Amino acid sequence: MEQSAVKGQKTNSKSAFMKPHIREEWVGRVYTFVCILVLIATILAIVYFVASKGLSTFITNGVNIGDLLTGLKWDPEGEPAVFGALPFIFGSFSTSLLAALIAAPLGCCAAIFMTQIMPGAGRRFMQPVIELLAGIPSVVYGFVGLSVIVPMLRAIFPGQGIGILAGSLVLAVMILPTITSIATDALAALPGGLKEGSFALGATRWQTIYRIVLPTTLPALLTGVVLGMARAFGEALAVQMVIGNAPHIPRSLFESASTLTSAITLSMGNTISGTAHNNALWSLALILLTMTFIFVFIVRVLERRNHR
Amino acid sequence: MQAPAHTRALIEIDKLNLYYGTFHALKNVSMEIPEKAITAFIGPSGCGKSTLLRTLNRMNDMIAGTRIEGKIAIGGADIYSKEVDVETLRKKVGMVFQQPNPFPKSIYDNVAYGPRLHGISGRKQLDEIVETSLRSAALWEEVKDYLKRSALSLSGGQQQRLCIARALAVEPDVLLMDEATSALDPISTLKIEELAQELKDRYTIVMVTHNMHQAARVSNQTVFFLNGEVVEYAETEKLFSTPRDQRTEDYISGRFG
Ligand SMILES: Nc1ncnc2c1ncn2[C@@H]1O[C@H](COP(=O)(O)OP(=O)(O)OP(=O)(O)O)[C@@H](O)[C@H]1O
Ligand SMILES: [Mg+2]
Repeated sequence: MEQSAVKGQKTNSKSAFMKPHIREEWVGRVYTFVCILVLIATILAIVYFVASKGLSTFITNGVNIGDLLTGLKWDPEGEPAVFGALPFIFGSFSTSLLAALIAAPLGCCAAIFMTQIMPGAGRRFMQPVIELLAGIPSVVYGFVGLSVIVPMLRAIFPGQGIGILAGSLVLAVMILPTITSIATDALAALPGGLKEGSFALGATRWQTIYRIVLPTTLPALLTGVVLGMARAFGEALAVQMVIGNAPHIPRSLFESASTLTSAITLSMGNTISGTAHNNALWSLALILLTMTFIFVFIVRVLERRNHR
Repeated sequence: MQAPAHTRALIEIDKLNLYYGTFHALKNVSMEIPEKAITAFIGPSGCGKSTLLRTLNRMNDMIAGTRIEGKIAIGGADIYSKEVDVETLRKKVGMVFQQPNPFPKSIYDNVAYGPRLHGISGRKQLDEIVETSLRSAALWEEVKDYLKRSALSLSGGQQQRLCIARALAVEPDVLLMDEATSALDPISTLKIEELAQELKDRYTIVMVTHNMHQAARVSNQTVFFLNGEVVEYAETEKLFSTPRDQRTEDYISGRFG
């Protein structure tokens, strides 16, 4: 380091066109390079760790991949142990899909209101509130779900109130800020000329929203929905508190169910590293990780479509 | 047909004042705009040309804090009276913007956008409107085989003519053009000027331009603005050859300081 700086100064005096500030250049370059290396190494280490542990279920414990993905029975401590993870996979997908279905229209409508109907007040008052929602820890959502949503569902519908619907509602509230803020940014970034062009042809505000604003921003809106779904898919704590955690595919929205994340967090502490049960939990984590990659990939594709 | 005197005035503006909040943008503007002719607004940047143009189709309504006094009548009807439906007005008074702004849809759907808004949905009828409008905008021959292609794949000049076609598709009486050629190359500009010449037999055209030669070339009547006031308006030939006001003379001879 020191030396290259001295060399830099020497050459500097030789030629007027040598780059000055060689030292800063190097410090900056090395520093950013080290940071990115640490980041890449961490990600690779996580992927490697999860993959090696998760795959050892199939390699050392001799569980069939197909059986794990499609099996209906989860009895890890039984004799013989059975690892069928379909109830968890089903629980994760159904809660996050349902949450996205509930939150997407709400989030998009809120974004339309904030950007198209009342841009002044909307951005000044509603946006901070929504950002605040995004900052609330998930245990608080779970707690509210447990003490408000579950009793409410119990009063209205058959069953104990816990289950897929309770989990989806909690998740929907949790991902609403994500979807809303991405949708708001997308709508606000729409070139003003397009809307003016539509108005100038005699379109009303709602005609313009339906025919120009929404179709044009659709890929970006979908990006927000997919990101929200990804967040819902990975959320453990809040869902675990309201879903009931029974390892079965429920027959209704009001029956106890379980998700990949809740299965992992509930059992991880009670298993011994290296056992088949422990490895099977890692396999669930591997499924989660793969799904996350798929979500990121979908978002990338949507973004590319957005930039055309 | 150079004399606006023999044509009927379609638009009458009477003592119009416009305020953006506290800023007095148009001061006591009165003028008549003749039917089926081209009227050009000229003047230095910020003098209120676009503002006046946008009062004619009430696009200023959407800017919060604008206040208007005075009267504008189109075909004898006060366009700021309470009974006026803004959407119907805008259908009758089309607008082309400085930056071409085609919708991110196909060429066909761009032109059909306006008619569909106003309830036309028959396939045959739309096909016909699209073709006539594109022909009127001198674009048909260039795009007739690519109607399904995205409008964004067209060149800037073609996009602007598409925007003109789109405006014509709702059968307006008036066409407002706000510096419609300033983002275009000289050849596209010339094409649009020729187009305006053809269209003036059927439409009343009001154009804002920064290019005095353009005003002199294409318009029948020219209005010179300064700081929100109309300094002078007259037949284009007269205004450019024998301006009455010293400020007009200074501006058109490029001696404006
Ligand atoms: N939305 C607005 N709010 C406040 N003031 C505005 C607004 N739009 C325009 N103005 C002001 O009104 C005046 C006239 O603006 P206008 O756009 O009509 O000028 P112009 O003659 O079209 O200029 P240019 O040739 O640069 O387009 C300017 O001083 C401008 O700053
Ligand atoms: Mg202007």
